[in-house]
Amino acid sequence: MALVLNEEQTMLRDAAKDFLNNRAPVSHHRQLRDSADGHGFSRELWSEMADMGWAAIIIPEEYGGLDYGYAGLGLVLEESGRTLTPSPMLSTALMSTSALILSGSQALCELWLPQIASGDKLISVAFEESSQHRPAMVDTLAEPEGDGYRLNGTKLAVIDGASADAYIVSTRSRRGEDPCEGVSLFLVPANADGLEIKTTKLLDNHRVCDFQLDNVLVSREQLLGPLHGGCTILRQTLDRGRIGIAAEMLGIAQETFDRTVQYLKERKQFGVPIGVFQALQHRAATLFGEIELCKSVVLKALQAIDENSDEITLLASLAKAKCGQTANLATAEAIQMHGGIGMTDEFEIGFFIKRWRALNQQLGDSRFHLARFARLQGY
Amino acid sequence: MRDDLNTFRKEVRDWLENNCPEEMRSPIESEKDACWGGREFTFQSESQRLWLERMGQKGWTAPDWPTEYGGGGLNGEQLKILNQEMARINARPALFSFGISMLGPALLKYGNEEQKQMFLPPIVRGEIRWAQGYSEPNAGSDLANLQAPAVDMGDHYILNGSKIWTSYGDDGDWMFCLVRTDSDAPKHQGISFMLFDMKTPGITVRPINLISGLSPFCEVFFEDVSIPKEQQVGELNKGWSIAKYLLTHEREMISWTGLSKAGADPLGETAMEIIGGTDGILDDSILRTDIARFEVDEMAFALTIERARDEVKAGVSLGAVSSWFKFFGTELNKQRYNLLMDIHGNDALAWTGEASDDGKLARDWLRTKGNSIEGGTSEIQLNIVAKHILGLPG
Repeated sequence: MALVLNEEQTMLRDAAKDFLNNRAPVSHHRQLRDSADGHGFSRELWSEMADMGWAAIIIPEEYGGLDYGYAGLGLVLEESGRTLTPSPMLSTALMSTSALILSGSQALCELWLPQIASGDKLISVAFEESSQHRPAMVDTLAEPEGDGYRLNGTKLAVIDGASADAYIVSTRSRRGEDPCEGVSLFLVPANADGLEIKTTKLLDNHRVCDFQLDNVLVSREQLLGPLHGGCTILRQTLDRGRIGIAAEMLGIAQETFDRTVQYLKERKQFGVPIGVFQALQHRAATLFGEIELCKSVVLKALQAIDENSDEITLLASLAKAKCGQTANLATAEAIQMHGGIGMTDEFEIGFFIKRWRALNQQLGDSRFHLARFARLQGY
Repeated sequence: MRDDLNTFRKEVRDWLENNCPEEMRSPIESEKDACWGGREFTFQSESQRLWLERMGQKGWTAPDWPTEYGGGGLNGEQLKILNQEMARINARPALFSFGISMLGPALLKYGNEEQKQMFLPPIVRGEIRWAQGYSEPNAGSDLANLQAPAVDMGDHYILNGSKIWTSYGDDGDWMFCLVRTDSDAPKHQGISFMLFDMKTPGITVRPINLISGLSPFCEVFFEDVSIPKEQQVGELNKGWSIAKYLLTHEREMISWTGLSKAGADPLGETAMEIIGGTDGILDDSILRTDIARFEVDEMAFALTIERARDEVKAGVSLGAVSSWFKFFGTELNKQRYNLLMDIHGNDALAWTGEASDDGKLARDWLRTKGNSIEGGTSEIQLNIVAKHILGLPG
């Protein structure tokens, strides 16, 4: 597939740009932060986004979706990065939807996917159990109980967890030599008995939750994918999430860079625009190139998912590592080149670095993915 | 249309089958295998000579030049097919030539009819080897500051001064050269583009040794060198436009440098062989991180080149982005060799001897330091990006 957008994708991107700039620019995010809202995003806005079809981009038509592919979803995420528009796009429309589709559990798909597509239900994937990203470390236990299973354990840092109607939870259903073998995924309703949820507001005003599973009972029908076979589905889901986050970080990098270049042309010191200074020009030019690299990597990774290529995993780590580094550079340089005003809360540029920090950490930071990249390449 | 292309592909395949000597169907191993042509060239083999002669006659050494000037007259689609078919049988390029990669495009755009007729066909046949006379001791990054004066003597010019960093200056038959024809005008407006035979009396060539050892670079000195007026290309004092046009070509050629080692072993693999690993993890964790950072950038760069090519195909013009490619590709290549030196440890230090192929790695490493200087320094490329892509002032 050529590394350029097709006409359909260009139209989707333009529509996303229009909508987000009009309905949910950075000021929308600020307003939510300064209000009593407890979700970190607006349910009304999510309904509007669902009306535009964004909750259903990767959902197959048979479940009420658009079947537009990940490349399309990535464009919307990239544009949301530019406007810092908070929404359950990543947690529900990308990750949980991917997990459902990948699981092949038809009954669960029939039940949940149409409700996700319509914007009515939200699901978050719960996979962390420590402060570091260690998805293979699964100590939450699933033990047989009657016709179903009894779940006990702790899950941490669940993205958008405060607003979810249900969770896809990774559990240890069997212990063996290979930590990947013996993982099972369950769909647990947020109102299940024995589920104790604690919400945390993050630096970027998004909400995550930690929860305790205390003898939570689930039926056999709530098993996602094969028993003991959840590891692959989880990995594939996480890789799709990583690529989605990379797309959002690309949007963040581009927006902060565009704003910074504009500022270099306007801000005057010593009687000239500061953009005449070579020390700043060279840093800006270097950053331009880093962003070009990210554009290629993100597009290639998204296309790889749509083509079901066997390089998805490598490209996910490539994209997450590279975009994490570049968005770090872009947001930090943006503050430095804006000077004092870049440090103020009144000015928007500082919002971007907060979002970058959260996204870089979630689903594995740049170091995690560099190490994973190296392992995949055999060293 | 598709049928025509299929027919063309078959013709190309048959022709190559019948005309490409067996010996020429393997990748070029070293500098010595490359055919540069020219009056003084000693062919390595009869196959090499034959391959150049046949490809030259067919016009396929310059496949997309017009047939009236000896070229192959191929369109974009046909050119792609020719390249694919040559790659299919591993056919090596019949000719490496600055005449084809640099001078030719400039002559096609700026030369008059007589000049095209006179110079282009011999270039296609590889009969004349060209040297480039651009830089001077006081005109490096500030190339437009070049001073070598060519004074109007009625029917000819008299050239003095000198050039430096002339690649293969000692092997070149002719030179294409930027000279100063008006010393009073602003520096960009007094430059002209001239061609002359290196055998013209008054020319002395001196090779330059680099920190890496021998090099193709030379200094060239001019003492009252006479150049007939017919050998001046384009408008008088407008040579700077030609120079810029050529520099863009050169930059694009150099920018692939970072990737030209595509066939080489990946660094991580080499490190595992030499340093060793435990459970598939390299035993030097900091080097492992350095290599991973490099390989991430290398892969991202390869994808960016792929994307740029796809965009060009879709009708987007590349423009000043080629400056960034030159910058990034050469910086990557320097990193690659730094890491290779780290990986090879003590063995990387050898300077002579058979085991090290006379210090090849150490010399190659040193040579890469020049990648970000030649063809416009990294700093100049970043200036171009800042000015022409980002629109920054100054």
